[in-house]
Amino acid sequence: MNTATTTVPGHADDHHGEYHPSGILRWLTTTNHKDIGTMYLTFALIMFFVGGGMILAVRAELWQPGLQLMQPEFFNQLIGVHALVMIFAALMPAATGFANWQIPLMIGAPDMALPRVNNWGFWLLPPAAILLTLPFALALFGIGEGALATGWTFYAPLSVQGGLGVDFAIFAVHILGVSSILGSINIIVTIFNMRAPGMTMMKLPLFAWGWLITAFMLIATIPVLAGAVTMLLTDRHFGTQFFDAAGGGDPILFQHLFWFFGHPEVYILMLPIWGLVPHVLATFSRKPIYGYKAQVWGFIGIGVLSVIVWAHHFFTVGMPVPALIYFMFSTMLISLPLAVLFFCWIATMWKGAMSFETPMLFATGFIVLFGIAGLTGLVLADVAADAQYHHSYFVVAHFHYALFAGGIMSVMTGVYYWLPKWTGHMYDETLGKWHFWLTVVSFNLTFLPQFFLGLAGMPRRIPDYALQFTEFNMISTVASFILGLSQLLFAYNIWKCVKGGEKATDKAWEGAEGLEWELSSPPPYHSWETQPVVK
Amino acid sequence: MTESMAAQPHSHPYHVPQPSLYPFILASGMFTLALGFILKMNGFGPGPWIMLGGAGIILYVLFGWFGKVIGESQAGAYRDWEDKSFRYGMVWFIASEVAFFAAFFGVLFYLRVISVPELGAMEAAHGTTLWPGFTGTWPSAGPKGPQFTPMGAWGIPAINTALLLSSGVTVTWAHWALLKNKRAQLNLGLFATVALGALFLVLQAYEYYHAYTELSLTLAAGAYGATFFMLTGFHGFHVTLGAIMLTVILGRTLKGHFTPERHFAFEGVAWYWHFVDVVWLLLFVLVYWL
Repeated sequence: MNTATTTVPGHADDHHGEYHPSGILRWLTTTNHKDIGTMYLTFALIMFFVGGGMILAVRAELWQPGLQLMQPEFFNQLIGVHALVMIFAALMPAATGFANWQIPLMIGAPDMALPRVNNWGFWLLPPAAILLTLPFALALFGIGEGALATGWTFYAPLSVQGGLGVDFAIFAVHILGVSSILGSINIIVTIFNMRAPGMTMMKLPLFAWGWLITAFMLIATIPVLAGAVTMLLTDRHFGTQFFDAAGGGDPILFQHLFWFFGHPEVYILMLPIWGLVPHVLATFSRKPIYGYKAQVWGFIGIGVLSVIVWAHHFFTVGMPVPALIYFMFSTMLISLPLAVLFFCWIATMWKGAMSFETPMLFATGFIVLFGIAGLTGLVLADVAADAQYHHSYFVVAHFHYALFAGGIMSVMTGVYYWLPKWTGHMYDETLGKWHFWLTVVSFNLTFLPQFFLGLAGMPRRIPDYALQFTEFNMISTVASFILGLSQLLFAYNIWKCVKGGEKATDKAWEGAEGLEWELSSPPPYHSWETQPVVK
Repeated sequence: MTESMAAQPHSHPYHVPQPSLYPFILASGMFTLALGFILKMNGFGPGPWIMLGGAGIILYVLFGWFGKVIGESQAGAYRDWEDKSFRYGMVWFIASEVAFFAAFFGVLFYLRVISVPELGAMEAAHGTTLWPGFTGTWPSAGPKGPQFTPMGAWGIPAINTALLLSSGVTVTWAHWALLKNKRAQLNLGLFATVALGALFLVLQAYEYYHAYTELSLTLAAGAYGATFFMLTGFHGFHVTLGAIMLTVILGRTLKGHFTPERHFAFEGVAWYWHFVDVVWLLLFVLVYWL
């Protein structure tokens, strides 16, 4: 901390003779994009297991009808916190971790544009995670009734009437929101201002494009969520009646506000990794990315459409028919840019010299399973059909195909793809393949039965169910435990790769293209001190 | 794709700051403040004290972190490349603030155009007489809300509009002075801007007092009261922040900081002030006037 000198600090003062604290202080004080990326990814992995543990308890309860292990209140708390943890503390931080590690490497920048803000963004996450889960612990000491029991959507009036846990979740969301806004601003500024000379926007790697659109969506929608939970807070404690018809308010207003954020949030979780999939497909097909421009415009189209379709999440709440028809058609319109992406992904592999290392397995698995998510989404977008499927297990299965197969599995794609770059070692390929096949099989066994349960009429968010649903629930529960346990292989493989293993070359993969592969594995502390020039 | 290590387009390397503990302390302060607030709202004794602790930590960081950045800036660590980062950053921060206010304006629209009229139309549509005499016309506190008098537009709010618009002029006047290196005019313009902002806040405080004591217009006055106080309250909070930031800038200009070429902090705060100004104009038209 010696830059406040009276001389003009040149290169020497900035980088060399640097202050490098060690131990825990290194991580608390770091301004380095790689350190911060590592913290994001580690935090995401830990919270992935926390959220996973919660839902395994839920699946254990659903093993058979009747109440075995827990009371309905606790069940409700587990499913709500599971969702919040997985979305905000696992999937989003994983994507931000990728951004931190990769965007400077891929665009030829020395670091992120705002390094201290970057560190602040990360260190807001653990406090938010504590706020989310602390009410569970407080309940053990007789304080409050546990965490929020409203599901992750906070619907009023249930959330207005709920206990202490709702307040904790409101502030957790506020802090997570601040973190997301900071991260987004940093990513936008980095992409606009830190690109290597010659890297025009239409030469920007697709991963960076995906994140750029994501960052715009976050800036447009996270403040709306912050406003919504603020109004919820004042309705709870300060006498306002935003969501109370007696005062002229409306509980449905909360649903509009929440999903104005919530639907773009789905794409916020997906776009960064839709951006990374083409890189992986191209690498292992040994061909250039097909339809680069089409994919960029696909991202932009999805980003724009994502903020005008929100009400399809509550078709059954009682909206005027013209509104239903508008939201149905605008939702279905999203399949156009999405189909463009799918065709580009497939065309990238077409007639390629393909090989199936673990990242490629996950990427191709992602395409198939995410396709199922997209097609079942079309079914749900149909107003007439949705009346049947709404709030059933069909919806649960649909969004897990989107968020687990589409989201988590492509995070795994990215982790396996870039681990050699990050650690300088190759991961264990055999373990990676085992991890993939166990994951993909147990994932389908967990969630495919849930489509049938939903079609048969089993409602979601219920700890008990009618006898005829038992077999499918048992299959789902057994498979979910296999799915959860096989993720230990993933954690072990990462740990092993960090510790050692076969040395990775700079390029790591034979077919890899892009600036990040021109740096050493692992890259130097300051990534591109001298910026490369892109032709 | 590339031919590395060729010509440098930037004449100097990017300033990557040294490790710093401030971000972590700030996050801890925010956590403490939130925790204290939650405990206070739910009636636990130490809540307010924990809040105070959190606020103290945040204040400490604001002084320390901004102080450090100002020191770096004065030492010449930031040049064109970094300056551009700050500008982009500020623009997108303000964009997120726009989205925040848009949410509350959206709520005002929804309550005023959809939910209140629909509640009023129930009797005609369904023949129910749940709320005899409730017509659903704005301003409204809903079928069961308290009686209140809405806030007129042409008293204090009109004066406040004039005050904020003038402050937009004075801050621009100060900016022109800075560009021409006329330091006295710069200081005077900034001082006038802060004074106008402070006067605005005093008048708004009086308006709130008037609303609570004489008009029965409170936060609990249904849809009208809730939207009125949330919109004007969050705006007032932003004016307060803006005025504090302007005061810091004034302190810096008095110490001789900023040059005609290099003065991002001044401009960033001026942008923020104009943003707050524009929000007020929307408030004046949509909340007070129409």
